[in-house]
Amino acid sequence: MQKNKNTIFDEDNENKMYILSVIVENKPGVLFRITNLFRSRNFNIESITVGITEKPDLSRMTITTVSDVKTLEQLVKQLQKLIDIIQINVLNKENAVYRELALIKMNAKDPTTRIEIANFATIYRGNIMDISNETITVEIIGTPDKIDAFKNLVSNYGIIQVARTGVSALPRGAVNDDL
Amino acid sequence: MSEMSGAAALMAALEKEKVEYIFGLPGGANLPIYDALVDSKIRHILVRHEQSAAHMADGYARIKRKAGVCFATSGPGATNLVTGIATAYADSSPIIAVTGQVALPMIGKDAFQETDIIGVTNPCTKYAFQPRIASEIPEMVKKSFYIAESGRPGPVLIDIPKDVQQQVTKMDFPEYIKVRGYNPIVDADLSEINKACEMILKAEKPMIMAGGGVILSGAFSELQTLAELLSIPVVTTFKGKGAFPENHPLALGPIGMHGHAEANKMVQEADCILAIGARFSDRTVGRFDEFGKDINVIHFDVDPAEIGKNKSVNAAVIGDVKSSLRTLIKLIPKNFRTNEEISKLWLSRKREIVNYYEESIKDYSREITAKKALKKLREILPADGIVTTEVGQCQMWASLHFDVISPGTFFSSTGLGTMGFGFPASIGAKAARTDVPVVDIAGDGSFNMTENSLAVSVLEELPVIVFLLNNQMLGMVAQWQRTFYNRRYSGVHQKNCPDYCKLAESYGAQAHRVSSMDELDKALKVAVKSNIATVIDIPIDPDEDVYPFVAPGTGLKDMIIGA
Ligand SMILES: Cc1ncc(C[n+]2csc(CCOP(=O)(O)OP(=O)(O)O)c2C)c(N)n1
Repeated sequence: MQKNKNTIFDEDNENKMYILSVIVENKPGVLFRITNLFRSRNFNIESITVGITEKPDLSRMTITTVSDVKTLEQLVKQLQKLIDIIQINVLNKENAVYRELALIKMNAKDPTTRIEIANFATIYRGNIMDISNETITVEIIGTPDKIDAFKNLVSNYGIIQVARTGVSALPRGAVNDDL
Repeated sequence: MSEMSGAAALMAALEKEKVEYIFGLPGGANLPIYDALVDSKIRHILVRHEQSAAHMADGYARIKRKAGVCFATSGPGATNLVTGIATAYADSSPIIAVTGQVALPMIGKDAFQETDIIGVTNPCTKYAFQPRIASEIPEMVKKSFYIAESGRPGPVLIDIPKDVQQQVTKMDFPEYIKVRGYNPIVDADLSEINKACEMILKAEKPMIMAGGGVILSGAFSELQTLAELLSIPVVTTFKGKGAFPENHPLALGPIGMHGHAEANKMVQEADCILAIGARFSDRTVGRFDEFGKDINVIHFDVDPAEIGKNKSVNAAVIGDVKSSLRTLIKLIPKNFRTNEEISKLWLSRKREIVNYYEESIKDYSREITAKKALKKLREILPADGIVTTEVGQCQMWASLHFDVISPGTFFSSTGLGTMGFGFPASIGAKAARTDVPVVDIAGDGSFNMTENSLAVSVLEELPVIVFLLNNQMLGMVAQWQRTFYNRRYSGVHQKNCPDYCKLAESYGAQAHRVSSMDELDKALKVAVKSNIATVIDIPIDPDEDVYPFVAPGTGLKDMIIGA
């Protein structure tokens, strides 16, 4: 099977967020080879997630990067040279479903604060994961933008800790990976 | 299927791959492999430093166009290989490096002589394997050769833990293999070749820029056919030097930082450049933004990632350049005639430029200069003799003044620029072609780095000639300090050099120190005939500079042609 030709049609050369959905061999050392390529060739990783696919010998990596089209094209070509990479799809906001999970812990000594935060969380379809006398921890799932928006909204309360997973993504519709 | 140790399975697999030579040095972590070597038909060449083992494998590969193999133990043995592996990577040369590793239970424990060599070599190998059980070894060997030799060639490492070498396994060597994530493109897209063809046929002042890819794919006759069919002048990148006979009327020689003045000049006047297996390196094209501006640039390359990496192009043909060129040649209409008038003008412009520079570039007045010495070497060495170089002025003089006549008989560390590469690489080349003389054009600084390979050349009867342009200086650095640092010399005087003749003799090699062109003539004739490892020490003026010169950060148009 042929590796996908990169599907980049965009001509303007501004920096944008791109989502690379990369199918790789599920073997030790693969993540290192990929991240090392980013480092040694001076490319930028915004986030990276890895997990096993429907096939046990394959993993899917979702890499988000902010770059211009030229750099992106070179990045994809360099990645395609890595022998552990089976397939690369370049996704964007239109042709992909993509989600990130964030856990955000905030100061919430005051009961009204807790109620306010809980209300915001409901609006953002988040879940309260933990409440103590001092703090409240909310789980938000959504696009990175949505998580950023929630974070901004609650930043006044004093954010204590944030854990974000990075983006996971799949192409929309009946895209066959042909693996 | 017989049972044997992992180490024996390794040797059996290498035999299946028709390996003739292994260049290497043993140690604790590859003792089982060296034990298995005793029963193997493959000839082992014991080196004096692992760096040279990798260079020898590389030199062998460049001449044979087949992967060369080197062995090292773990830790320091493996790290000594790294310069050689990186050199091969930069020049897309296929080598297989087999390193011993500490036993699996010791990995990650900072064991004695443990190094994560896979991690260390990650950016300079095409791939690296580490078998965890011995039964994986034969298939890994098969895959290593496939990966190293196909597509854009390059080094592959196999790091074998000692206990895996000792395990008993069945020798199961696959005849065919598939590597799921690896699909080198061989046949180019016909529509792109069509587009390229139209551009070339339309061009009035076309040029071919041939790179190392022509040599790697052996596309010599295709290149020559194309150039002759359409009367296109040919320049080469430094790595592509010798892709095209340099005594051919259409040849202009190398372009770039130390290219021929006429080649650099003429490229700027072209209206269409066909780059074949060339990667638009900074040393070749100077400033990316100036090179080939406002003209059609066509790029043939086997590696898709080279397209648009340094230079945006108007047409890109991805695939093995030999097969692409064959298709291109077939597309040229049988009755196609280049517009005679225009073609004549273009070719007479070529002669004009060549003559101009021949007259304006003056030689130094000494009895022996680097330039005169190299012209003499060309005169005496048979056309199919193989030449490699060290790094520095010696290398650039070779590029400028030594004409390669038989395609594919010249190579050098062009990508990494590794001092100490040429001499061991020439020994590897000699192993690949025992029937022709092999010469390393050396500087004293570079030769100093791997001169202990004299032992190998003598004892293993792989005799080469070291053509030592001895200026007792790290000459190229001195030239830069002269030019850009106001003659503030720093760290360039090679004080207390050994007497290279005595050094050579102490290894059992033949040696000549020459002080006139006559002596050089004689020494070369003896060396070429005698088939004994020979060092010819040629004292030259430490102030002799290499010209022309394109200063770093400038474009080809800013070329300096003399002091
Ligand atoms: C391993 C290594 N170290 C340092 C350099 C930097 N360097 C490039 S040319 C050069 C001088 C080479 O001197 P020599 O081999 O005597 O050749 P010459 O220039 O005198 O002909 C040096 C030090 C290099 N290319 N490789």
